[in-house]
Amino acid sequence: MKFIGSLVAVLLLVLLAYLGVGVAGLRELFGVVLPYVSVVVLLLGIVWRVLCWAKSPVPFKIPTTCGQEKSLPWIKQNKLDNPSNGLQVVGRMILEILFFRSLFRNTRMDFRGGEEKVVYGPSKWLWIGAIAFHYSFLVVFFRHLRFFSEPVPWLVKLTQDVDGFFQLGVPAFYITTFVFIGAVGYLLLRRLFIPQLRYISLVNDYFPLLLLLGIGTTGFFLRHLFKTDVVAIKELALGLVSFGPKAPVEASWLFYCHLFLVCVLFMYLPFSKIMHLAGVFLSPSRNMPNNNRAVRHVNPWNYPVKVHTYEEYEDEFREKMYAAGLPVEKTPEQAAAEKSAGDNGDDASSGTDNKE
Amino acid sequence: MAEPSFDSMDYYKKDELLEVDHKPPRTSWMKTPVEFRPGTWIYPTKAKHLEYLGMPNPRDWSPTDEDWKLPDNWQEIIFNGMRERLDKYRSFKVFMDICVRCGACADKCHFFIGGGDPKNMPVLRAELIRSVYRKDFTTAGKLLGRMVGARKLTYDVIKEWFYYFYQCTECRRCSVFCPYGIDTAEITMMGRELLHELGLGVNWAMEPVANCFRTGNHLGIRPHGLKDTLEFFAEDIEEATGISIDIPMNKKGAEVLFITPSGDFLADPGTYTCMGYMALFHEIGLDYTWSTYASEGGNFGLFTSHEMIKRLNAKMYAEAKRLGVKWILGGECGHMWRVVNQYMDTMNGPADFLEVPKSPITGTVFENAKSTKMVHIMEFIADLIKHGKLKLDASRNDHLKVTFHDSCNPARSMGILEEPRYVLKHVCNNFYEMPENTIREQTFCCGGGAGLGTDENMEMRLRGGLPRGSAVKHVQDKYGVNTLATMCAIDRATLQTVCDYWAPGVGVSGITEMVANAMIMKGEKKRKLNFRLEPVWGDPDEDEEG
Repeated sequence: MKFIGSLVAVLLLVLLAYLGVGVAGLRELFGVVLPYVSVVVLLLGIVWRVLCWAKSPVPFKIPTTCGQEKSLPWIKQNKLDNPSNGLQVVGRMILEILFFRSLFRNTRMDFRGGEEKVVYGPSKWLWIGAIAFHYSFLVVFFRHLRFFSEPVPWLVKLTQDVDGFFQLGVPAFYITTFVFIGAVGYLLLRRLFIPQLRYISLVNDYFPLLLLLGIGTTGFFLRHLFKTDVVAIKELALGLVSFGPKAPVEASWLFYCHLFLVCVLFMYLPFSKIMHLAGVFLSPSRNMPNNNRAVRHVNPWNYPVKVHTYEEYEDEFREKMYAAGLPVEKTPEQAAAEKSAGDNGDDASSGTDNKE
Repeated sequence: MAEPSFDSMDYYKKDELLEVDHKPPRTSWMKTPVEFRPGTWIYPTKAKHLEYLGMPNPRDWSPTDEDWKLPDNWQEIIFNGMRERLDKYRSFKVFMDICVRCGACADKCHFFIGGGDPKNMPVLRAELIRSVYRKDFTTAGKLLGRMVGARKLTYDVIKEWFYYFYQCTECRRCSVFCPYGIDTAEITMMGRELLHELGLGVNWAMEPVANCFRTGNHLGIRPHGLKDTLEFFAEDIEEATGISIDIPMNKKGAEVLFITPSGDFLADPGTYTCMGYMALFHEIGLDYTWSTYASEGGNFGLFTSHEMIKRLNAKMYAEAKRLGVKWILGGECGHMWRVVNQYMDTMNGPADFLEVPKSPITGTVFENAKSTKMVHIMEFIADLIKHGKLKLDASRNDHLKVTFHDSCNPARSMGILEEPRYVLKHVCNNFYEMPENTIREQTFCCGGGAGLGTDENMEMRLRGGLPRGSAVKHVQDKYGVNTLATMCAIDRATLQTVCDYWAPGVGVSGITEMVANAMIMKGEKKRKLNFRLEPVWGDPDEDEEG
């Protein structure tokens, strides 16, 4: 149901692009207005979301430690899985963000009820799928810069050449096109066919995957199946980045559809789970050093709490403590004398911790 | 013979427990109400404990009741409570927003592995609260509802929260595997804090909290009772070794304040570990003291609320200051070390009245503890061994084939992995590791942490204990392991049950107990009895002298 709903939503977006450009001819809207709007929404949205998170303080230093901590000098610390200073945290974050360190750890539980055994094997498929998806997406995105620049920077050209290395087909097929569509397809299929995963999946999960798949396939069609006026499109792209845009009449509605889906992705991103791309930087269980015992962390809202003071404790147990020979601050006689001497005196054991 | 009751492990047949179906049911999780089956939930907090602690909405109620007697404005309380915590904890806010439901955490939870209930998949446990967050705090959730995983906060949601946030041991294993480090312990802590706002908690956690607040320890041992207990241990030590030892208590001006979980005062085999500390400190001549006021290392506040952590933890520094010690040494405990490592200094520090810990025996300065001024007993002992300050005869533990259970908190909230292994390898000759995906940072919970280790929760404890039990059985079958060493008081209390059920024949031991048994003490008599007073080294009745 959630999958069907998401699929319908993406198909509706495609239809909208068709109606908008193919039928109504709203090229300015789809080619100029929406791209600008979506980039603004994307950038402001991300900044707004990050500020929202950052507004909440981090009261405690709570890294999840995944290796030996720094302790005695002769015990080898695992600096990347249990960092103890800022530099090591950067190392941990690089591993996490660029190489998906935690996902790489993934295991698969195999339950053998008859043998009373639970065993765990490595499980790298999700990691492979995730790496393939994210990096191919990055390359595809980067390749597209050729539309937005003149002359095209050498690195973009190089990426393009390496990506099209096999020189199959005219124009050459890019490896990443297939990796991207394959990886997104895999991520979608596992969601549909692994029962536990289907059980937890929401529209929030299917929709972005289908949207990406839509972007990937329209892009593929544009390059390989339909004749596309690349020069006109480049003109539009250059016009957009130089703030003198002009929507090309020659470009097909499919191109506008591709562009429209990208615009939707941009506008959807800040309000969706895709914000994990920024959120991972702010995750307190990963981005803090485990040097808690060496460097004090300050909680900005630390407030006094009601505690049970030693005085209150001794007042309750003084007789017994004294009888048992345990040291006391005041002997029972002293306490009794104090009490009778000044019933109006200071019974200051208010029980409030006045620290900070 | 009487039929065993649901709070006894004999009630549960192994083959029935092992019939776990990990496939989710047909009904969507939002439409699957929780069923309070005996053995899977914990008795609620008695009103008197909440009253004593000054916590909201004390009353007597039962989860099996239709009406939980919630305050009239319970929805408003939860809404405000959530908003407050979203504003105070970045962790909570970020974790509410960035989960992509990749499912990597799903089969990492011991309760899901052993029970198969989909709401025990960490991702779904978080969704229990995330769904309400979406409805109340996000525009998409307000507009699109269930499609985007948002749902209204209903009475059933509260019941579900109570059930599942007390089926999480806050062990953080899922957080190790999460690509964004989403920490279910953090989510569960928030969930429990919110439930406490409605007066919903479990007695197994809150009675200890109330006890600790009043008497200084979870068990409610009063000062003179603690003195008796330690004197009793000293007698046993004398019987085993022939050595009479001092018991410094509430001693002003001692160099070190020693604090350990109170479980070690009462329940075997923790008691033997406690005797181990006493024998060790005597042997090395440590100038230390016990405290009756700060007689608890553990902190069930961690299973209650951040505020309660602070309220209970405050005693440690307060007592260190009153007694004028130089630094604090902490015993073998799991969650105690999460609190000491991650909360104590922030909440109740700075401890500028203490000195940077320095071992008076070896001269080692514990730079890693220079701010909290609190050292872990395993760091302390490892340092002693490294400097050759202990005379150890590991062969005294030759009757033990040992494996080591990393406790959740020392492993995943601190990272003290090598010290206990270093110590163990010096005090026993037969040491075997469990499979690698079940130890160190990937260690499995005992199934009874975070306030769940009570007998009325037996079914869940056995289910949650299955992954650990299965790994123990593996080394038992393979190497003949008969001892599970662990440095956590809750483990010592709960793992014996887990072993008895899943790997019968394996006993549980603290590490310091094994250290003390291997330690050749100055002036000891010919050792025949270990600290359990078991004749493991010969017949004690045979030839009294020579």
